[in-house]
Amino acid sequence: MSLAEFTDQWLSAVTPQISEGPGWLTDLRQGAVEQFAVLGLPHARLENWKYTDVKALAKRNFSLPGTANASADVESLVNKSSLGLDAIRLVFVDGVFSESASTLGDLPAGVQVLPLAKNANAAKPVLGQVAAANFSGFTALNLAGWQDGVLIDLAANAVLEQPVYLQFVATEQENPVLVQPRILIKAGTHAQATIVEHYAGVEEAANLTNVVTEVDLADGANITHYKLQQESAKQYHIASMHIQQKRDSRFTSHNVCLGGKLARQDIQVELSGEGAEVNLNGLYLGNGRQHLDNHTLVNHNAPHTNSNEDYKGILNDRSRGVFNGRAVVHKDAQKIEAHQSNANLLLSDKAEIDTKPELEIYADDVKCSHGSTTGQLDENALFALRSRGLGEEMARGLLTLAFANEVIDRIEIPAVHDRLEDAVAGRLPEKFNLKGLV
Amino acid sequence: MLEVKDLRVSVEDKEILKGLNLTINPGEVHAIMGPNGAGKSTLSAVIAGRDGYEVTGGSITFEGEDVLDMEIEDRARAGLLLGFQYPVEIPGVKNVYLLKAALNAKREHLGLPEIEAPEFMKLVREKLQFMKMDSSFLHRSVNEGFSGGEKKRNEILQMLILEPKLALLDEIDSGLDIDALKVVSEGVNSLRDAGRSIVMVTHYQRLLDYIVPDHIHVLSDGKIIKSGDKSLALELEKRGYDWVIEEAAQ
Ligand SMILES: Nc1ncnc2c1ncn2[C@@H]1O[C@H](COP(=O)(O)OP(=O)(O)OP(=O)(O)O)[C@@H](O)[C@H]1O
Ligand SMILES: [Mg+2]
Repeated sequence: MSLAEFTDQWLSAVTPQISEGPGWLTDLRQGAVEQFAVLGLPHARLENWKYTDVKALAKRNFSLPGTANASADVESLVNKSSLGLDAIRLVFVDGVFSESASTLGDLPAGVQVLPLAKNANAAKPVLGQVAAANFSGFTALNLAGWQDGVLIDLAANAVLEQPVYLQFVATEQENPVLVQPRILIKAGTHAQATIVEHYAGVEEAANLTNVVTEVDLADGANITHYKLQQESAKQYHIASMHIQQKRDSRFTSHNVCLGGKLARQDIQVELSGEGAEVNLNGLYLGNGRQHLDNHTLVNHNAPHTNSNEDYKGILNDRSRGVFNGRAVVHKDAQKIEAHQSNANLLLSDKAEIDTKPELEIYADDVKCSHGSTTGQLDENALFALRSRGLGEEMARGLLTLAFANEVIDRIEIPAVHDRLEDAVAGRLPEKFNLKGLV
Repeated sequence: MLEVKDLRVSVEDKEILKGLNLTINPGEVHAIMGPNGAGKSTLSAVIAGRDGYEVTGGSITFEGEDVLDMEIEDRARAGLLLGFQYPVEIPGVKNVYLLKAALNAKREHLGLPEIEAPEFMKLVREKLQFMKMDSSFLHRSVNEGFSGGEKKRNEILQMLILEPKLALLDEIDSGLDIDALKVVSEGVNSLRDAGRSIVMVTHYQRLLDYIVPDHIHVLSDGKIIKSGDKSLALELEKRGYDWVIEEAAQ
């Protein structure tokens, strides 16, 4: 049975959404429908999807979420899963903006933070400008049928001190739902902001999140982006983030992937102005039968651009990780630095990692490094810990947590840092006995 | 307390310890001196249980128990602690986690409950102060980026918190300036107790001015070739090792 058979079913799932909103949007969505009809869901013959099979997902019937569920249960769920940081907060329950749970507060001059469904027209100059509809079938599907999301628009020189916290909460639905958020971030010249995208929810939630994030950085803009994916072990999570960078801009991404039955994250960065720099920091931790896939692509389109990528993976039980980091240095893009590393720890014989750092260089004056390792813990450190009386498992646990902390310690928001360290410690095998210690 | 009998140890088929005997009684402070490569660190490593050493003969007992039969962590829990010549850097593991986990492992061994957080912090703060370390060290990774002297102070800090029955200190004085040497020595002296033994490996008489030993041994080519009281160290400082080695050869 081929994936193409499911294309119509998926299209009919998003059809009610297509006519929502203004005419220009309907036209745009219609175009995306046509692209999806051609692309369908990505199949394993595509190089980029070789290790991630979405057939099981394709067969499922997801329906569209209704109106935001505002019961007391949902309110407590929203509070429970919150990272609890001091922020401009927008809450989405199964993809639908919840005004009552959100706190927009007073925004500084030049900053707009707008829930998307109600403000579709404001998105017109931004929507689809960075993310190509045909990046994958999922990207096309999102453009055709996104339901809600946010537009964060920063005027030139606007500095947002408080982070923007986008909290996506998944609930259990009788019929699993297709949640398609769209996140648009536009940073004017020298604008600065920190954005936290957080996905969590109840353990029984079995929906599909298919999110597309677009980030447009003008000259000298500086954006720090956190993507924290803690969905339930039954959720499907597909995400792609597209970043366009102009001269001297800087984008830093912290991408922590802990949840989902199947999770796929794409990050595509276009370094299109001299002096642009991107830092990609990532951690994935798989348990049970989780399948966690991270694909990143950095295009060095201009000279004097830098990219640094450090992804770490911890895979336990029968989980499987996929990492593909590609950096392309285009012709005439001289004086480039591109560094990439991917290290993995396999905690069980049945866990698996497919890792492939790729460098494609068409210029000659470049400084590049890349490497991937799948390794063991440092024996000297293990001995040092045990020689102080720590049991072997706990010593291994601490070193495994330390491995994850190399990524987590780069997180600059203390509340997020601490919550994640706890979450990671909590997801490591019980035998490590880290409870109460960290 | 610790009895090493006719210990023979090889590393990669090369014999390093060649029938070593050593007896440490409760409350005693011993110093082991000897030329580079004699096997001093090998002895500490074997007592602590490091991998890669093959014991081809002899025995080590601690309070009557066969040390060579014990897991690494069980040796520590029983009260046998090694202070490293080269303390290991452990990036990503906070000092405070190590201290807490180590103390609780010992308490569990003694049948005590886990220490309460406030009590633990009080204890740690007190010992930090004693070692003239500020509390930022707690939240730094174990030994990572520590100066040579800070690493050694950190080793003693662990000793002060874990209160071993026998502390084996391998060149705890190397790389210390005079102020740090005083702090480290005060730390070690504060551990001195009728029930606790201390073994120090050192190259320098200087340390022994601060921590005065009851016994001094010369380890050369895998054996203890001479033992004496503290005056032996002065003689070694003056005359070197050659005369002892010659004397032993006769
Ligand atoms: N892991 C090893 N592999 C190979 N040789 C080793 C190893 N460990 C120790 N040795 C050798 O064993 C001998 C004794 O080394 P050891 O470190 O015990 O000496 P030491 O007395 O502590 O010297 P120093 O005063 O320089 O610290 C040396 O010849 C050393 O090279
Ligand atoms: Mg030595």
